[in-house]
Amino acid sequence: MKDRNHLGRHVVAVTGIGLVTPLGFGVAESWAGLLAGRSGIRRISRFPTEHLRTTIAGEVTLPEEMGREPFTSPERVERMAALAAEEAVAGAGIGAPGRFPGPLFLGMPPVEVEWPQRLVFARQAEAGAALRYSDLIAAASGQQALFENCLFGGIGERLADRFGTSGAPISLTTACATGASSIQLGVEAIQRGEAQAALCIGAEGSVQPEALIRFSLLSALSTRNDEPPRASRPFEKTREGFVMSEGAAALVLESLESARARGATVLGLILGAGERADSFHRTRSNPDGGAIIGAMRAAITDAGLEPGQIDYVNAHGTGTPENDKMETLGMRAVFGDSPPPISSNKSMIGHTLSAAGAIEAVFSLLTIRDQRLPPTINHEAPDPAIPLDVVPNVARDAKVARVLSNSFGFGGQNVCLVVGAAP
Amino acid sequence: MAEPVWITGIGLVSCLGEGPEAHAAALAGASPVVDEESFAPFPVHPLPALNLDRQIPKKGDQRQMEPWQRLGTYAAGLAIDHAGARGLVADMHLVVAAGGGERDIGLDEAITAELATLPPAEAAARLNERLANGLRPTLFLAQLSNLLAGNISIVHGVTGSSRTFMGEEAAAADAVRITAARLAEGRGGIALVGGAYVAARWDMLLLYAASGGLLRGAWAPMAERGEAGLVMGSVAAFLVLETASHARARGATGLAVLTGIATGAARRRGEDSAEASAAGLAARLPLRPGATVISGASGAAAATAAEARFLAGLPAPGPMVRSAESLGHSVEAAFPANLALATLVVQAGAPQALATGFGVWRGEALALVEPVA
Repeated sequence: MKDRNHLGRHVVAVTGIGLVTPLGFGVAESWAGLLAGRSGIRRISRFPTEHLRTTIAGEVTLPEEMGREPFTSPERVERMAALAAEEAVAGAGIGAPGRFPGPLFLGMPPVEVEWPQRLVFARQAEAGAALRYSDLIAAASGQQALFENCLFGGIGERLADRFGTSGAPISLTTACATGASSIQLGVEAIQRGEAQAALCIGAEGSVQPEALIRFSLLSALSTRNDEPPRASRPFEKTREGFVMSEGAAALVLESLESARARGATVLGLILGAGERADSFHRTRSNPDGGAIIGAMRAAITDAGLEPGQIDYVNAHGTGTPENDKMETLGMRAVFGDSPPPISSNKSMIGHTLSAAGAIEAVFSLLTIRDQRLPPTINHEAPDPAIPLDVVPNVARDAKVARVLSNSFGFGGQNVCLVVGAAP
Repeated sequence: MAEPVWITGIGLVSCLGEGPEAHAAALAGASPVVDEESFAPFPVHPLPALNLDRQIPKKGDQRQMEPWQRLGTYAAGLAIDHAGARGLVADMHLVVAAGGGERDIGLDEAITAELATLPPAEAAARLNERLANGLRPTLFLAQLSNLLAGNISIVHGVTGSSRTFMGEEAAAADAVRITAARLAEGRGGIALVGGAYVAARWDMLLLYAASGGLLRGAWAPMAERGEAGLVMGSVAAFLVLETASHARARGATGLAVLTGIATGAARRRGEDSAEASAAGLAARLPLRPGATVISGASGAAAATAAEARFLAGLPAPGPMVRSAESLGHSVEAAFPANLALATLVVQAGAPQALATGFGVWRGEALALVEPVA
């Protein structure tokens, strides 16, 4: 294979991957769980769930938080991102310890001061029922650690410091497409020749009461609380919402040229990326599916491929009635009457939100490596409106050279990646 | 082959008003508009009265947003209009530098007051109950950082692509840098980039007060502020960037050429200082003696001092404008606003203008603009 693609740009290789998911720490444990069709969804244990409509999630509890107050979201995101990045960088064998030879792109959720912190300040303020923000501010003043923890650039800066990435760290969000956007930015930096390598991360750690309630108030979440492993049911007839989840994925991207030059093992290629924004509604796609279809087609075109050359689709597949209907529309529009198989990792790990696009890109690489399609579990009653091969319930072998990975976000931000086999 | 990138539209809103004319005053050292009462002891630069209907015609859209998203969406529309690019939005790319959206301050205060006196287990259950019953469902979307970009897509129809960078001042500088780089390499012909910040917010003041850096009491010129010298300002700034060939083909006027932009992030310890970082960035730009400097000094003591040391090391810098003195510090909006002011300076005849960015905590950035030849 040549070092340049059909557009004359650098071919982008993946030389390191790392994962943290509700199925385990590390790539091996997470992938084994996924192929086994295991669910990582459980009853929430991190906080009391009285008065909540949804009481299940894909929590990731870190070893160091056993027996202490749970981490806040920024602390959790940073730790999971670091774990995934350590695995990816070590696997890639790139750079020197603390000196990664390229920029950092970090997909993450927005973070802010959280309730436990607000309550500490309120207790210190002793203002009683007359308490105002100005009282909280008086108690919080000069708490530099809180400031650095809750700045949007804080996590990226600390990760950049730890891994020694070059230049300004880029933190970003495109809602549920965030992880894919972080990879896309890394791909573009390498294709432009701005960098020879990039560390791309998607991380999510938002299972806390307020975030859960916000999604719940949008009626986005499954309320199938009695059977947590059966709650996430993408493409199935009785699906009624997604399950919030946590995790992180990291990918070391390099130009194929530089990966070869240093004798690195190439795990796969990012062949293309496509995006399209939707202007229809804040939480719903345009009923014509234009933006979803446009993003899928743009990614395939960017890869220099025809739809018929895609062997498998790693679905966005959230398990909301709306998403899965629209994704089906997109599949039929792009692939016609005989679309390739499509399955949803979210049936097992839930919706890892800002991490999802990156986690699913890693799973797409592993699908190609092992020539085995992960299943969509909980597929009990097929939805007649979804005429797709969703790889129901059990993994199966398949010949897979190219995967389309879909990510569609609230706010209309849609990003698709085409992942290919190592040359 | 890198294509020249022009700035063909500016959407600028601050306490001084909206549009280029209102901001010529900032360049002339206008006395700032300050509200010292509403958020005492912290002075803030408030927003001017805006006729939102002009840019966000549907009341339903306005209701789906809080002030920060409305402000950004409004300024984005001004930039599109200024560029005469209404007909180009379908293929226009978008990068927004976003902070967090507004919290429900009243609800936060009521819940916090109630829970502070409860035993922890009881407080946790009560928190669930109060949030589940008290949060407005639509508030979540009005708070989400990527929904400023989402609203710009919905209200103005910008759908080429949509990305939201997070990370305070630096996020905006990198948004401009990456937007320009994508255009220069041929990924699209036209793009919209910028950010917005609303200073009149208790939740954001809580965050910045935690740094210990906010000015307390009466507003004062930056030179007299001491260690805690930040005065936050409500600002929105969006720029339409366009390749020269794309602009020429549609007969659009370039306001300025974006000659270069460079960003960095010093760890700001030991030798890895903000001024050394900025000096390294300056070495990558074709900066000439006498360039007007639109200073990104925020008033935060350490970063402001670092910027002064950096500027002192430049060979013969030209006149300097301290925009934070008249507009306040506007975090994600600061760098795009300074770039907009630099564009106005060039339009007024300066041969070169340098916009600097020195983040309160992290991030250094420089952008250079020149007249269109």
